[in-house]
This record gives sequence, C-alpha cells and structure tokens, in this order.
Amino acid sequence: MNNFIEPLYYGFMQRSLAIAILVGLLCAVVGSYLMVQRLALLGDAISHSVLPGLAIAFVLGANIFIGAFIAGVLSTMAIAWIKTRSPIKEDAAMGIVFSAFFALGITLITLVQKDNKIDLNHFLFGNILSVTPAEVRDIGIIALVVLVVVLLLFKELLFYTFDPLGAQAVGLPTNLLNFGLMLLIALTIVASLKAVGVVLVLSLLITPGATAYLLVKRLHQVMILGAGIGIFSSIAGMYLSYFYNLPSGPAIVLVVSSLFVLALLFSPTQGIFTHSQPTFSSPLWWQELKEIVRGKA
Amino acid sequence: MNIVELPTPNDWRRSICRLEDAAIVKAKTVNLPANTIAIGNLSVQYRTVEALRQIDCQIHSGRLTGIIGPNGAGKSTLLKAMLGLIPVTTGTVLFNDRPLMAQRERIAYVPQRSQIDWSYPATVWDVVMMGRVKKTGWLQRFSAISRQLATNALERVGMSAYRDRPIGQLSGGQQQRVFLARAIAQEAEIFCFDEPFAGIDQKTQAAIFNIFRELADSGKTVLVVNHDLGESIAHFDDLILLNTELIAAGSRQQVLSQENLYRAYDGKVMFFAEAA
Repeated sequence: MNNFIEPLYYGFMQRSLAIAILVGLLCAVVGSYLMVQRLALLGDAISHSVLPGLAIAFVLGANIFIGAFIAGVLSTMAIAWIKTRSPIKEDAAMGIVFSAFFALGITLITLVQKDNKIDLNHFLFGNILSVTPAEVRDIGIIALVVLVVVLLLFKELLFYTFDPLGAQAVGLPTNLLNFGLMLLIALTIVASLKAVGVVLVLSLLITPGATAYLLVKRLHQVMILGAGIGIFSSIAGMYLSYFYNLPSGPAIVLVVSSLFVLALLFSPTQGIFTHSQPTFSSPLWWQELKEIVRGKA
Repeated sequence: MNIVELPTPNDWRRSICRLEDAAIVKAKTVNLPANTIAIGNLSVQYRTVEALRQIDCQIHSGRLTGIIGPNGAGKSTLLKAMLGLIPVTTGTVLFNDRPLMAQRERIAYVPQRSQIDWSYPATVWDVVMMGRVKKTGWLQRFSAISRQLATNALERVGMSAYRDRPIGQLSGGQQQRVFLARAIAQEAEIFCFDEPFAGIDQKTQAAIFNIFRELADSGKTVLVVNHDLGESIAHFDDLILLNTELIAAGSRQQVLSQENLYRAYDGKVMFFAEAA
C-alpha cells in the first residue's frame, strides 16, 4: 500500500492524480452521449482534428487548449458542412476531415518540434506525469463548465439524444442542443489530451460508458458508473505509467479495456458467461462456406 | 385559403420563418371552425424527387383523421412537413389562423417506432417524462404535477406496472403505448402519430384506437398516418388520401369512393404496367 501512497508526496504525482480523476469523470459523462447517439466515430474525428490547433497555438505562444478547441470545433463544422451541402454521407465526411486535419497537425508539429522542445509522442499518446499547475487549473475549469452544463441541460439532452424528431416537434432548439453537445465533446477531448493523447482519447470516451451500459439501464446511471470506471482506470494507468515508465495513454486504455472485457463476460444480465443465449456450434460464415463447398462437390 | 408563393432559398429554416411572416400578413380571415389546421399549397421536394405537390386541406379538432395512400405517397412527409420537421418548398400551415410553427407547444408528435433506438438506456418512466420537458422549461426540475400527469398517462394506457422497465425489454405494442402515454402527459391539443400500428397486434391496436377516440371526443385533434387499408380504416372520422398530390380529403364516406381509390392506387399500378 505504501508503494501507492509514497509517490503522492511528489507534487507532479498529486497533479497527475487530479488530472486522472477529472479526465476519467469528464470523458465517461460526455462520452455516454456519443455512445447513445452512435457517434463514436465523431469522437475519434474531433480528437484527431485538434492536432493542428495545438501546433499553431504552440508557435504563436497561445494557450494550447484554446488552439486545440478551435481546431476541434472547426472540424465538426467542416463535417456538418460536407454532409449538408453534398451527397457525401456523414461517416465518409468524418473520415475525410479528420485524416486531413490529423495529417496537417503531424506535419506542423514535425516542422516546429526541432526549434521548440516539444515531443510529438506526448500529444499522440499522452504524458500524464508531466502536467503543469497551469494545466491542472485549465482542465479543472473545463471539467466544471462541462459538468454543470450537462447537469443543467440533462432532461433536454436526454429527450434530444433519444428522439430528435419528437424533441424538435415540441419546439426544443435541437440544432442548438446538437451544437452545444459538440462543444462539450470538443472541450472534453481538449481536457483529456495530456492524459491519453489524441489517438487514444476515444477509448476513455466510449469504453467506460459502454462497460456501464452492460450493467445498468438508465442514462444517468450509465454516466455515474462509467465515471467510476473511468476514474479508476485513469488512476491505475497513472501508476502503471509511473512504475513502469510507460506512456500514460496506452496504460490507461489497457486498464479500461480490461474492465470492459470483464463486464462483457460476467455482466449479470448480459454477460456472455452468465447469460446464456442460443449459440451456434460453429460460426455462421463457416457453415455457409461448408455448404458452398458441399454443393460444388 | 391563402396561398403564399416563395422562392426556394437554400436555408429552409429561414424560409419557414419568412413563410410565417408572410402568412400572418396575408392571412385572410376565412371562416373556419375553431381549432382547425389549415394546410395551404404545401409542397415538398427531396433534392430532385417531388414528394408532395401543392397540398390543400383542413384537419378538424374533435375528429379522428387518418392520412392514407400507397407506399411512397408522402404520408409521413405530409406529417413531418406540417410540423416543420423537414424543409418545405412552398406552403403554409395555420392553426386558429396563426402559423402552427409558432404554437409548437400544442403539438405532440410520435415518430415511427423504427426511427427510435430502443436499446437506448432509458426506462418507461424516463420516456413518459420527456413529454413534460418543454412545459417544465430550462433549468427547472420536474414538478409534482408533471410526475402526477405522467403517472396518470401511464395508467390510462395500461402500462403502470412497467414504469421502471428498460424500454428495450418491451414488446412493439408496449413501446407504442409508452409513446402514447408520453403524448398524453404532454397535455397537447394536436396529436400526431406516424404509423402507430406497424407491427402491432390487434388487441393493442383496438386499445390504442379507444384512446384516440377519447382524445378526439374531448375536442383534441388526432392525426394518424395509417398504412393499413383494412378494417382499421373504419375507426377514422375523416381521411386524407394522398398520392404525392391530394386525391381527396373529407369524411371517411366521401373519401373512400371507388373513383378516389382508383386514382390513388390503381393509377399507380397502371403506371408500372406501362413502364414494364
């Protein structure tokens, strides 16, 4: 036990712990909205798209959170614009926009990282042990704003994400709610960059909520249990990063993914081991293949 | 009937706003009974496909009105266009001589069950309470009155016992009754249902028609998109028969004439025969 308490005497470990808790909580709550709307890919798109904003803010000497946020919001607007103004479908638009933004970000960071002492890997995979006091303050403010908005708009967002047409019919401002949700998601991703990096933040957005979804049945329960899972995973990943000198992002993601597998196998209501479902002795594609071969023979 | 012609701007929402303004300015006091929905010259175009052509008709309160027509006739489109859920190219929809869009709180809309993700993490109670969101207002918690209305609505549709059940565990008929309870809890004046009987058993269908009848008898407007031309049609007072354009609208007896049905259904069959 002492092994876990002792590192916390260091200032940088206290800051890391604060970030782990904030990010675990924030990602699970906001990520639940992505999961129920089947917009996981959008989370991935926004997170990859923040990279050029980071790089430009760095060169200009501006706050990198603000740069990242602007780039993230621009990417969602670009996706929406392509979707409404052309016959291109939304998932294709996301793929186009986020890979273009990501490529631009990688290029910019590669160009500037020689002159400035920055490490591309830290943006890509996170480095929770290197957070500064100013970053803890910024992330704290973001977390406060996002959680208060979710709390205040909970009933409207529940209605909108469940039945957008019904919500629009009674006169809720559904376009505004959707845009607000995008802002919350972009803010959450920006706040999580330090801990998990742009490549893996999707895991912390989706997996805790998905794990909780296997265990409980109402949105607020999914959020609360998901937050517990997210916080636990972030802290565990932080210690793995500290003791084994691992990048923090992959360490956190491995923990949260393991928890998901446990829930998948052992959930009391939907676990694969605990809840029997009619199964076929062999995969369907294998049966079909055999039939084809037999037919030919 | 007032008719407002408009250009086709890219931003349809702006066009709806202008439509409302134009409608208010131009609205002539036509002698319509109170609480009548008046649809004027409503047209809808999806990219290059014409979905509705210049629909003119009225929907009366206190009557159970069905929208019928063949597949692809624009039944759901008419409902959605009336409620401002999809872009319209031209047309007005008035309720009591004022644009319906300015009175959205009077509308309860129940979408097709297939448009809803029933694996959403919510209980029956959560869904019924959605009917109270708009009335409750921003930043407010649900009041005791709202909870009472939701409880009563669940009782009325016979779903009280399922209050805490996740919606994913309900049968199709139960899901439809939960949506009906949500509409009732909303205390709306205009009830709109998009194909509520798709995949629903006869017993539930009869129970739902009973509640539709009660709503109509208490002076509400009940508008139902109905796919089925079978026995269920006898439940409706008025019908709107569509096939991209309005074939007929009025009382059931008037609309269900041989000639109207021939124009709505047989014409299409002939069209396919010619093409083949």
